[in-house]
Amino acid sequence: MTSAEVNIDERLAPLLREVSDPEIPVLSIMDMGVVREARLEGKTAYIKLTPTYSGCPAMDVMGVDIQRLLKKYGYDAKVELVLSPAWTTDWITPSGRASLEAYGIAVPLEPEADKAALTGSERIVKCTHCGSQNTRVVSAFGSTACKALFQCDDCLEPFDYFKCLK
Amino acid sequence: MKDQLYQYILGIADNSLILGQRLGQLCGHGPSLEVDIACTNISLDLFGQVRSYYQYAAKLAGGDASEDSIAFLRKEREYRNVLLVEQPNTDFAYIITRGFLFDVYHELFLERLMHSKDETLAAIAAKSIKEVRYHRSFSSEWMKRMGAGTEESHRRVQDAVDSLWRYTKEFFQPTEAEKAMAEAGIGVDTSSFKATYDQHIAEVLQEATIVVPTSPYFQRGGKEGVHTEHLGYLLSDMQYMQRTYPNMNW
Repeated sequence: MTSAEVNIDERLAPLLREVSDPEIPVLSIMDMGVVREARLEGKTAYIKLTPTYSGCPAMDVMGVDIQRLLKKYGYDAKVELVLSPAWTTDWITPSGRASLEAYGIAVPLEPEADKAALTGSERIVKCTHCGSQNTRVVSAFGSTACKALFQCDDCLEPFDYFKCLK
Repeated sequence: MKDQLYQYILGIADNSLILGQRLGQLCGHGPSLEVDIACTNISLDLFGQVRSYYQYAAKLAGGDASEDSIAFLRKEREYRNVLLVEQPNTDFAYIITRGFLFDVYHELFLERLMHSKDETLAAIAAKSIKEVRYHRSFSSEWMKRMGAGTEESHRRVQDAVDSLWRYTKEFFQPTEAEKAMAEAGIGVDTSSFKATYDQHIAEVLQEATIVVPTSPYFQRGGKEGVHTEHLGYLLSDMQYMQRTYPNMNW
């Protein structure tokens, strides 16, 4: 069910890497793992996207961005939203995780650790500013559906944590 | 069969639409910034799920039906949500209790809908449950914090539980569409997890030092379109834009 296998046409892959998540601009939609299929038939590109969260308002924007970008390269893009298999944070690529950290968003922990961090029972999320693990959850819901808000008790800075979704 | 599936989908989706609308009303009015953001995040998740259900329902209905026409252009009697979710935002204890009583049901329901023979419903359920687990955990934690909190917060949560308890049985009283869909392996027989629901609720309430009500009086009607007076006000607020400017788009 957590199939990470995707079928993406080699000619389209580098182009799709140019499209970024509008809410997290350092992350391309390829790094995010939301592109599930990209096929070319002549000049028509068939793209299947899967949402991170059901209500993520960024999905519509991504669809339009893909169409706009591919048009520049002479392709007509047909974007379809698919729900199954459901997206998981495991599909964020290693380079995607590195970009998230560099951008100031702590990357998702494994489910048990995630739960412990979000309920405040353990201090394990590393501050993206100073690296300290002396951090606490401020709110399990943050500025977007996929993130929680944390604060570091050493450097006192707030930061986002990308919640584990499996 | 197709009509019953359509009715069945609305029954599921309307719960999330109306609760989502209620939580959306807290935008800018939450008791603290973090809680405000949490409630509206949950609202957004619910709306996202609703869109998937309504898009599917619109496809079944054919013609001019669209997710927007289903969401915005029905009359009060045509909404199939349970009475619980339309109850107004009074105090925070009430808001959290309403969410908690629904979230526990919602999670157990989706766990079963994931195994539906209907691929679309199974996919929506598998997607939604990941989000709903966060909702349930949010409302459960607040139940415990407030129930076992101060005298004042405890009293308010106990009042809310006592007041909303009457709406909890409706989940488990199936409509004709629910019976038909459960039989066909598409829908969920909710009576199959009533005991589990009661147990989950009791566990959290115990930790919250809240007494489970024993009143034998329960109210129903929402699933048949007979609502409490609160729904009409909610709908007039929610629908006015589409009613005033038909077919308007963002």
